[in-house]
Amino acid sequence: MGEYFHSVRLIEDRCQGCVNCTRHCPTEAIRIRGGKALITESRCIDCGECIRHCPAHAKAAVTDGLSDLQRFEYNVALPAPALYGQFSPDVSIPVILCALQRLGFDQVVEVARGAMLVSRVIADYLKQPGVKRPAISSACPAVVKLIQVKFPELLEHLIPFSPPVEVAARLARTEAVKNAGVSPDKVGVWFITPCPAKMTAIRRPLGTDKSHITGAIGMSAIYGDMLKAVSECGAQTGEFPKTASWEGVGWAVSGGETTAVQASNTLVVHGIHHVDDVLEQIVMGRLKNIEYIELLSCDGGCIGGPLTVENHFVAEHRMRQRLRAMQKEEAGIALPDREDITPQLGLAERRVIEPRPVMRLDEDISKAMDKAEVMVRTLKNLPGLDCGSCGSPNCKALAEDIAQGIASETDCVFKLRARVRDLAQEMFDLAEKLPPPLDKK
Amino acid sequence: MTSDQGLILEFALNKSDFDAAGEASSKIKRMLQQIGVKSDIIRRIAISAYEAEMNVIIHAQRGTIRAAIFPDRTEIVIEDEGPGIADISLAMKEGYSTAPDHIREMGFGAGMGLPNISRCSDEFDIQSTVNVGTRLKVLIRH
Repeated sequence: MGEYFHSVRLIEDRCQGCVNCTRHCPTEAIRIRGGKALITESRCIDCGECIRHCPAHAKAAVTDGLSDLQRFEYNVALPAPALYGQFSPDVSIPVILCALQRLGFDQVVEVARGAMLVSRVIADYLKQPGVKRPAISSACPAVVKLIQVKFPELLEHLIPFSPPVEVAARLARTEAVKNAGVSPDKVGVWFITPCPAKMTAIRRPLGTDKSHITGAIGMSAIYGDMLKAVSECGAQTGEFPKTASWEGVGWAVSGGETTAVQASNTLVVHGIHHVDDVLEQIVMGRLKNIEYIELLSCDGGCIGGPLTVENHFVAEHRMRQRLRAMQKEEAGIALPDREDITPQLGLAERRVIEPRPVMRLDEDISKAMDKAEVMVRTLKNLPGLDCGSCGSPNCKALAEDIAQGIASETDCVFKLRARVRDLAQEMFDLAEKLPPPLDKK
Repeated sequence: MTSDQGLILEFALNKSDFDAAGEASSKIKRMLQQIGVKSDIIRRIAISAYEAEMNVIIHAQRGTIRAAIFPDRTEIVIEDEGPGIADISLAMKEGYSTAPDHIREMGFGAGMGLPNISRCSDEFDIQSTVNVGTRLKVLIRH
């Protein structure tokens, strides 16, 4: 499996050891040990739920910063369309692109351009016979990783194309080499990201050997600088033409992708726990009649990413306003032709996405069964309150930890209290018993 | 250490208890995953368990679903007290259903339950007495 990288980290001195994060983690990857949250690295899918729910802001995503640009001769920014939702629709896309470039980039390439290309190939793919129904969008890396970990039987339902950001990165690098005459390895391609999962997907790509993206910079980290630059860019637009249509930009909000791929019978689900539920339904064979399912880890889609700034309802409202205006302006613009874009998709680089069976109790099936037996027996004796005070997310997870030998039954405060009571009772009973020579009764 | 009866998971099922529908099969599925059974096998077991569980909830008064997991196979026994099945070979036909309209409106009762279970399983045995109940036993090899 190789070394595993994930982007969500703990800022230790901020962690108060509360149990909020453990209970929101969809893969039960977190335990509280020694008063601090401990992430089981292999289980983390970088959905960012813990970042969202930590009251002490002790969870963060490892991302790159603007200072990393110095390592390259030529730098390209790849803004996710969700970036546009961080600004009022009065701020035009060209102004946003201008502001971004002012932060130190030589070039800006919209990820929405990549989204247009990917929309086209997905639209064609869905028309082919023999596609596993429902076809599942592979654009959200947290969802792909959830499927690897918990629903490996659905991997073959995933759309077998690179996500828009990878396609945009290929484009960006090729264009930089052509236009600026720099060698490919001197070009830094930076994704302006709404989420930690994309950061991870760069270091450990899903479905390809090597990412074309150099690094990821969180939206929230550059938001302040961008605000300043937006006012400096003023009304200047000429230099930064819009390059993507509303279909590409629409990928930022839930349902945008589905609209762009022109599928009919579709389902859009966002929020990682809802996604989890729906994947379970697919496994049970209940959604076979659906053609295409768009699954997004964050509420509202990418605009709800943990590294965004604006409240996701506000951002969605702004985004929909922007999209409506674009749609009116661009009436009649079609997605690109298949022939023109095929070379840009990097189809030859695609690899099969392998399962990651990290939920199993042991690699040896008979040992796993023994542990399962202990787990079932233990769970029956636990109070079932799922309070999380033991440091595991719920009673079932504690039973699992006990079976794995990394926790004990007395970690449960209720079991401990009961033991103390029994012990006290026994001491009391013994105290009553005097040796016969002393017993006057 | 695993006992000769295998690892047992047992759940009670009740008529029209749609709130809990699918819970038993979901728990069985998760356990199989933790044990490390291959995912395509798990899917067959989960679908069998789910369809059988729904049958009890839709048609019967009450029942139980009991999964016995062994290293090489999973056996599921579903027993219910209910109307029973008058003509089993008819019930095994795809599309044949006795589910009332209000159940079909919920998207269930398409007449695919038993045929689906039979397709997913390696061994399939059904016994039923009208007005007493039904006992379904399936075996799926890992």
